[in-house]
Formats: sequence, structure tokens, C-alpha cells
Amino acid sequence: MTHPSSGEALAKPAPGGLGRVLDHRVLLSIAVLALLPWLLPSKALAVNVLIYGVVVIGYNLLFGYTGLLSFGQAAFFGAGAYFTGIAIGRYGVPWFAAVAIAVLLSTCLAAVIGIISTRTRGIYFSMVTLALAQLVYYVALQASSFTGGENGLRGFTVDRISLFGLQVNFLDPVNKYYVLMALAALAMWFQSRILNSPFGAVIEAIRENEQRARACGYDVERSKLVVFMLSGAISSLGGCMLALHLSIVPLDLLHYQTSGMIVMMVLLGGARSFFGPFVGAASFLILEDVISLWTPHWQIFVGAIFVLFVLFLPKGIWGTLLDTLGIGKARR
Amino acid sequence: MSGELLRAEGIGKRFGGFVALEDITLSFAAGQLTSIIGPNGAGKSTFFNILSGVLTPTSGKLHFRGRELNGLPQHRFVHQGISRSYQITNIFPDLSVHENVRVAAQALTVSFDIWRDRARLTELHGRADAALDAVGLLGKRGDLAKFLSHGQQRALEIAIALVSEPELLLLDEPTAGMGPEETKDMVALLERLADKRTVLLVEHKMKMVLGLSKRVVVLHHGRLLADGAPDDIRSNPDVRRVYLGQSEGYG
Repeated sequence: MTHPSSGEALAKPAPGGLGRVLDHRVLLSIAVLALLPWLLPSKALAVNVLIYGVVVIGYNLLFGYTGLLSFGQAAFFGAGAYFTGIAIGRYGVPWFAAVAIAVLLSTCLAAVIGIISTRTRGIYFSMVTLALAQLVYYVALQASSFTGGENGLRGFTVDRISLFGLQVNFLDPVNKYYVLMALAALAMWFQSRILNSPFGAVIEAIRENEQRARACGYDVERSKLVVFMLSGAISSLGGCMLALHLSIVPLDLLHYQTSGMIVMMVLLGGARSFFGPFVGAASFLILEDVISLWTPHWQIFVGAIFVLFVLFLPKGIWGTLLDTLGIGKARR
Repeated sequence: MSGELLRAEGIGKRFGGFVALEDITLSFAAGQLTSIIGPNGAGKSTFFNILSGVLTPTSGKLHFRGRELNGLPQHRFVHQGISRSYQITNIFPDLSVHENVRVAAQALTVSFDIWRDRARLTELHGRADAALDAVGLLGKRGDLAKFLSHGQQRALEIAIALVSEPELLLLDEPTAGMGPEETKDMVALLERLADKRTVLLVEHKMKMVLGLSKRVVVLHHGRLLADGAPDDIRSNPDVRRVYLGQSEGYG
């Protein structure tokens, strides 16, 4: 017996060829990212879009797809960066091993914060994540012999990296961009993997109706913990990329303002959209660049634009664009 | 009659100083439709919530197929074979009708797997469509659940509860808020369901309850008031007083 339904459960097939093309959303996204340094005014901006895009992908999994509004995502972004820097600078670990270790340790941190925070709901969840992330901030501030305190973590420069036995000059912006893009591609593939999996269906069900999901037989609390850890893992990879890119880790990375910025980026780009995180990161960073040239009080304007988005474009730039093209339902 | 399926033994529930249920002892046999009725505040919903694991009783024991259910977390109840619908429509509004039921079917087999494709779990797609067919919604499978009519959403919720192939199906006022036309469809559906499985129903519409059920249980102020065949309930003086009293000849 054949089921005409296979695949349709995920998404209604979009009419026309555009929907078909978007079936390969990971490859398509990578192609766009590959052109990014030449589409944006500077390569430095392109690298930042990559890094923040990955952080926001992790956050989108938690906020967009599962519906959990955390105000503490900076903890994992920062943890990824600090662990990478410490592993390289203090213990001389090769860069790729440092990234793996940093993601692993950050996931453990996410497990601890997740165990505490996923017991609460709604505004309490948001507040608990904010408080625990601030705790991480103060630990990093106080443990200055490890973290450099308020000066940030320094003393680990990654200038050459070996790639399958090949020595690559990491100071060259183009090389650097494409190495980091490979990590971003990994994050996107992982996100796509989760969304297409049975577990992806569980987190959607929890977002749609937690009570019904529980009545259906899902362990809602454990599922939230797992998605919290997956989200933390992806965002921490963004932190690793930032550490490799800057060769310093500023303490501000752990500050709650960074968490707020991540929330803004996901809403600007479009929560619950696949490529939205990069669009959100790019628009936020461009706004910051452009407006801060003109006034030091750029945050007032970014804040106003943010409010306008929440009021009039709740699906963000990318989500609204997909809806307008008539493929929003097909590809979220 | 194929023996006892569910036994409630001295079930009581307090909320602070308020006694919602007191000493309810009931046994339900497999394979029939039983209705639980009673005026507002009688404890019907509390009893239902205890049977489906939403609430834990403050006293008493619950046995299902010989196994004690006390202390089992709510999400495990479906795995034991008890499935429910809610009084207020409780579906996944932004998912397709098909996905609503498919994700419910998936709960019994996989939940933490991130390496497989959910689209490839073809057996679940088939089971979801069969459940949708049973409630007459197969034609709407691709629509978002939030765009269904109220009556269709109620039917969808029953499909969600049904897809786990429960041995005991708990339906909390399935015709709540329905017009006469939709109610007629729902009654026909309930009759079909009652042929094959054990159904427990909470309802307000007396005429419907008495016509549909093999057995009626009446709760009043958290206590068991009457228990018997519809005809006995109809002529029971206590029931007439508390429930039917205001309109002689009702039912």
C-alpha cells in the first residue's frame, strides 16, 4: 500500500518551481552565504553576519520553533567563545579540537541552565534564563585568572590553521570567511536535520499546544530540556567562530544586552524561518553600522525600528518575504 | 462482556479546604459506552482529570487492566492505553490536520530521534489518515487545523485521541458549543466508536446521553449519586430531584 501523504505532513508542496528549489534550503542558503562577502559593503561585516547568524539559528530553534522565550542565550554564545579561547591559549589544543570541546562544555552548561529553567513557564522561564545567564557573566568577570576578567580573554592568536594537512593563512579575510562558513554550514545542516526529524515534530507540537502534546504522550519537560541543549550547542558554535575570528573574547559577549540583541535579530529576520537568522543578523548589524556613523545614540533608532517590526511585521523580513512570494506556508 | 478494564477505588480529591471528589468507587467493564453526568460543580471534570492523569487523587487508587496508575506522570497514561479529549477544543492550531494526528500517533513510538526523517515514518502517515477517515476529516487533511469549523475541530480532537488506539477513550463534552446539525454528526460518530471500544463520556445534553449510553453514572457535590442503566436513571427520584427536577418530563 502506498501512502500519498509522505512528506506532505511537513509542508504542503508549494505550487510551481520556486517551492521545489526551496526543498534544497541548506544548499541554497550555503550558496547565498558563499556570495555574501561580495554582496555586503565589507568582509568584516560578512564574517559578523555568519557568526551572529549561527548564534541566532540556535536561538531560533528554542524561541521560533519551540516557543520558549529565553533572555539568556548570550551565556552559550559567550561560553563557546571563552572555552575555545581557553582551550587554545592555555592548553594549546588544535583549533578544531578546541571548537569540539567548547561546544561540548557549552552543551553541558546548557544542560545545567536548562534543568533549572525548563521547570518554569512563560515569563518565569524568561526571567530564570536571564538570571542564570547573568550568573555566568559574573563568574567570567570574577574568575579573571582564567577569563581575563573585564579586559576579556586574550593571548590566543589563531593565525595559521591546518586543514586536512594543509596550512591555511587564517589572517587572510577570504580564507577566514570560508573556513568559518563551513562551520555555519554545519550549523544549518544540523538545524535542518532537527527540523525534519521526529523530534522536530515534537517541539512544534509543544509550541502549538503544550497541554495537548502532554496528553498525546510526550514528555514535555524532557523535550524542552533536550531542545534547550541543542539550541545552546548551536549558539555556542557561533561563539567558537567569534573567538577564532577576533582572537580575543570581550566580556560584553556574556552581557544581557547580547541576549537582547539575539532576540532582536531573530524577530527582525523572522522567527521560525530557516534563513531568517542570517537576514536578521545582517539587518541588525547594517542598521548598527549605518546609524552609528551618524549618531552615537544608534540604539534609540534600532529600538524604534524593532518596535515597528513587532507591530507591523511580526514575521520579520524573511518570513514576510516568503509569505508575499506565496511560499511561506511551504517553507518555514 | 469482556471483564473489568478500569477500577476507581475510593477516589477523593481536595483543593485546599474544598472537597471536589469524595470516595468514588466505580468499576468500568471493557467494551461499552458509559456517561458521567451531574450538575455544574459535581466533580465530573475533576474525575476525568484524575482518570487521564492530569490530576493526582488525594486519596484512593486507580487500577487499569490490573495495573495501579497512581504516581504515573500524565504523559505515560496514553502509553497505558488511556486517551482523552478536552471540553475546550484542544488541538495544534498552526499544524495541518494530517500533522495534528500524525504527531499524536508518533508519541507512542519515537520522540527523541533527530537522525531519521519524520516524512519517512510512512506507517504513521497511514495511521493518521485512517483516524481522519474514521471521523470524516480525510478530505481536509492538508488544511491548517485553525481553519476548520468548530464541529470539525471537535472531530479532529477525537481523531487525535483515537490514533493511539486507546483501550479507554475519555471524551469531555464532545458536543460542547455545537449546533443541532453538528451535534447530530457527532452522535453518529460516537455511536460508531462505541461499537468498537470502551468510551467514557462527560455530557450535559441529557437526551443525547440517555439515548447513547449503556450505563449512566451521576455525580453530585463530589459524591456518587446514582449508577445504572439509562432507564433506571431516568426514573431515579434522587436524580430527578438534583438534575432533572426543574423540568418535569425532561428526557
